Amino acid sequence: MVFFALIGTAVVTSPGWHSVQTTFFSWDQAKASFPHIARGFWVTIKLFMTIEPIVLVSGLIVALIRISKSPVMFPLRVVAVAYVDLFRGIPTLLLVYLIGFGLPALELQGIPKSVFWLGVIALSLSYTAYVAEVIRAGIASVHPSQRAAARSLGLSDSQTIRTVVLPQALRNVAPPLLNDFISLQKDTALVGSLGLVEALREAYIDTTTTFNYTPFVVAALFYIALTIPLARITDHLGSRALERQFSFAGGQK
Amino acid sequence: MTAGGPEMSAVRFEGVYKAFGDHVVLRGIDLTVEEHQVVALIGASGSGKSTLLRCVNLLEQVDDGQIWLHGADVTAVGVKPDAVRRQVGMVFQSFNLFPHMTVIDNVTLAARRVYKLKRREAEDKGAGLLAQFGLTGKEKAYPDRLSGGQQQRVAFARTLMTDPSVVLLDEVTSALDPELVGEVLEIIRDLRGRGMTMIMATHEMQFCREIADHVCFLDAGRILEHGSPDAVFGSPREQRTRDFLRRVLTA
Repeated sequence: MVFFALIGTAVVTSPGWHSVQTTFFSWDQAKASFPHIARGFWVTIKLFMTIEPIVLVSGLIVALIRISKSPVMFPLRVVAVAYVDLFRGIPTLLLVYLIGFGLPALELQGIPKSVFWLGVIALSLSYTAYVAEVIRAGIASVHPSQRAAARSLGLSDSQTIRTVVLPQALRNVAPPLLNDFISLQKDTALVGSLGLVEALREAYIDTTTTFNYTPFVVAALFYIALTIPLARITDHLGSRALERQFSFAGGQK
Repeated sequence: MTAGGPEMSAVRFEGVYKAFGDHVVLRGIDLTVEEHQVVALIGASGSGKSTLLRCVNLLEQVDDGQIWLHGADVTAVGVKPDAVRRQVGMVFQSFNLFPHMTVIDNVTLAARRVYKLKRREAEDKGAGLLAQFGLTGKEKAYPDRLSGGQQQRVAFARTLMTDPSVVLLDEVTSALDPELVGEVLEIIRDLRGRGMTMIMATHEMQFCREIADHVCFLDAGRILEHGSPDAVFGSPREQRTRDFLRRVLTA
């Protein structure tokens, strides 16, 4: 609290505060750009809501391929490992450029021309690699004795994964998963660099016509309005998982 | 499973050999368990008791030798593990209940998924078993709200739900506080009374003496000595058996 108060005072009493105030915190400008940015933010939300389920499902599939043990799956496992290594290594912005400008340039049949879907492809490719690793860690966190118990009851391998391993795995990694989704939600702004008019792009357009940077602040507030609730949910899940673990270790109750 | 065994013993081990990498755990186990018999496996940790049990329901695969279940070779090529596991129940040292499911869901999972029973039928049967084990009213509780003894009783209900013909008990009281051991032993006594065939790895020597028909002392992957409880506990032939018994009985 004291820390923030000090920072606040330092900023407000600084010699350049007046010009910063008019260029970044202009109330009139904020009111004027609010509708544009809200419209852009709707595109942001649509992007996020489209990418998130794709990433969850494909991340799960990649993770399951990576933990598979059967020799038949070996070629797929190699592909999955290569995919994760490659796409975690490429900066997301670079991937957005490569997919956004490169894919349409191939002029192949069936490749979407819309910037929205190109953005969806690029971010899904990037985030699936991360989420697959998180889910794989979650699966590894479920004790092998759980699997032994399920198998000894006569459940098949896939029944064991579905009913016993995955529910516990996903619960264990819910906080890091939500973390990834928070950063995904912010990275949707990268699609703006392809010309998709989402929240940040709207703000940028406003600033170029008025030379006032208040729209950036407004856009930031929009992002924060979405990430803070997500962050609180993450915290809540985290503390609940911790509680469960402790009461489990404590045993008798 | 190829039918074959001349006598229809419940479980029969012939020259069972098992190694994990370079570490040999079982070095040729021969043992016959008759129907309705209770066979106890005793021996130090690492002597191979758990591994031997896990070979019966194919949680581990033997490297050599055969295991016959009701006259059928479960170690033969092409045997479906799921089919074997439907006949063999197993209860573990650390209960291994599924922490994300309620007690009744734990108990009825296999019945619903493997035997395709209707949820209602499964739950009726499950509630009956829970009642037998003094767990009425705990159906909707999660495992982490139960004591260790209660959790292990749920694990018994879960295993018995599928009417196994043989039950494997892997040190089922070792993780329990001393005052909770009795309630689990009571269940085993009860099962014996109903004629259940059981193979149990155990450290409860007193109980073992009271309940087992046959006791096997395992030492470094071999059955060093076996016989009636009175013979093994009363007048052990082998020096190593005597050493082991002295250690555990004075501990």
